[in-house]
Amino acid sequence: MDKIKQHFIDKEEQVISISGLYKSFGDLKVLNGIDFTLYKGENVAILGKSGTGKSVLIKIIVGLLRPDRGEVFALGKPVHSLNHKDLDALRLRIGFSFQSSALYDGMNVYQNLAFPLTMNAKHLTKKEVDTAVEKVLDAVNLRNKKKQMPSELSGGQRKRIGIARTLILKPEIMLYDEPTAGLDPITSTEIIQLINEVQQRYNTSSIIITHDLTCARNTSDRTAMLLDGRFAKVGQFDEIFNTEDQHLKEFYNYNFIQ
Amino acid sequence: MYGDRIKKHIFTRRVDQFFRDIYDISKFFRTFFKEAFKRPFHFNELINQCYEVGYRSLPLITLTGFIIGIVFTIQSRPPLENFGASSWLPSLMGIAIIKSLGPLVTSLICAGKVGSGIGAELGSMKVTEQIEAMEVSSIHPFKYLVVNRILATTITIPILSFYCCFIALMGSFINVHFEESSSIITFYQNAFSTITFIDIIESTIKAVTYGFTIGFVGCYNGYNASQGTRGVGRAANLAVVYAMFIIFIEEILIVQIFTWIINS
Ligand SMILES: Nc1ncnc2c1ncn2[C@@H]1O[C@H](COP(=O)(O)OP(=O)(O)OP(=O)(O)O)[C@@H](O)[C@H]1O
Ligand SMILES: [Mg+2]
Repeated sequence: MDKIKQHFIDKEEQVISISGLYKSFGDLKVLNGIDFTLYKGENVAILGKSGTGKSVLIKIIVGLLRPDRGEVFALGKPVHSLNHKDLDALRLRIGFSFQSSALYDGMNVYQNLAFPLTMNAKHLTKKEVDTAVEKVLDAVNLRNKKKQMPSELSGGQRKRIGIARTLILKPEIMLYDEPTAGLDPITSTEIIQLINEVQQRYNTSSIIITHDLTCARNTSDRTAMLLDGRFAKVGQFDEIFNTEDQHLKEFYNYNFIQ
Repeated sequence: MYGDRIKKHIFTRRVDQFFRDIYDISKFFRTFFKEAFKRPFHFNELINQCYEVGYRSLPLITLTGFIIGIVFTIQSRPPLENFGASSWLPSLMGIAIIKSLGPLVTSLICAGKVGSGIGAELGSMKVTEQIEAMEVSSIHPFKYLVVNRILATTITIPILSFYCCFIALMGSFINVHFEESSSIITFYQNAFSTITFIDIIESTIKAVTYGFTIGFVGCYNGYNASQGTRGVGRAANLAVVYAMFIIFIEEILIVQIFTWIINS
């Protein structure tokens, strides 16, 4: 797949900056000194084995988990020390697409999409909500699924509705947790396209967590390799891919066999 | 030697866990009261939840209440007749049903039906990250999910309890009517003849307490479900077991307190 990306990365503006981040659960050390910067307009893919703490890392970025040590700034705000109110305000500017899609299974697609909007902007009229829902459904190409329940959707469709649900709040940062995991190659390609479209249409900066090398190569401006709780390597995808490092090679070989 | 060390280890861990649970539960309790009085109020969701509670348990309460009323009356009749006191039957039933059976039966049914439902529902929302999804879109899941559910059970279960009393007395009346062909008005007059205002208060307080307990225990277990689908089943199960256990303890306490109040 050829990717022609035409967007502007502003190296002057850091939307996320993390320094000296540590996190452990009991005796289990998960993150061991993460330093990382995400620039405006940029897509960064984070690669890493299962269980290395990729999900933990982005959950710390939105304040779902508290770091043991270290600083996390998102859009200039110190996530690690914000009070509830400021954290709420910050979270509205960050979209989080869950590994499991996390659609509300008691609501249909329309209600899933309208819910974050109506709960956060009570003054909106029914018509305005409708328009917003139509618009994001358009963006993820699922116009005809409004009435469906989440259990009636395929895995790829759920992922897309999950992404649409975050887009409805017009986020400045998107965090994708394994957007292509468990999907067939064709559906994966569609999701990859969607991620790139979102970057252009909504002008977001994104972190894409993935095991999937195709996804990493086709969505990212930079790629970072998470190994033993820290970033072993950060750079262009090809740079990282053509490494001689034994650990990294192991990961790629494993991926190819799959 | 090794066995000793492991045993001790498990024991200290248990004690540790026990105190941690107490801390978590009291924190949940405090958070509930803090959030319950804070804006925004989700009235639509509250009404929705009240409806759910009533809708889920109404048929079962109707059936059980009716059967309990009729069975208790049938079985109490012979001993009372031996003393020539069968005319006391309505007032005996009134006391038994309004003061104790109504609230207790209603809440045990609701613990099974509503409590497990809440536990399973919140548990599955927890393990499928739906609760976190609310959090990241700045919707306070505790307020939206937990507070509304606890309030709903606290409001609805007393209403259901009164309804259950009414149905049980109807069951009782049917038996009395067939045996003695007394009218419904005489029956209710007799049934309420020894019931005082404080008895009604006691009945209401019981139902409110049990309602709160069912919502609280269900929400606590669901909201803190551990990862995985097993966590969901566990949450539903614990919600029922603990709620029933606590309801019986509360029953004893409330009865003691009211006996003490009435006597003094
Ligand atoms: N809330 C938690 N409590 C305890 N341990 C946790 C918690 N969340 C994550 N962990 C542990 O942290 C480690 C990293 O988990 P994480 O979910 O971040 O992995 P991951 O890199 O996202 O893996 P995958 O690719 O499978 O999603 C795992 O060993 C996990 O058991
Ligand atoms: Mg993960």
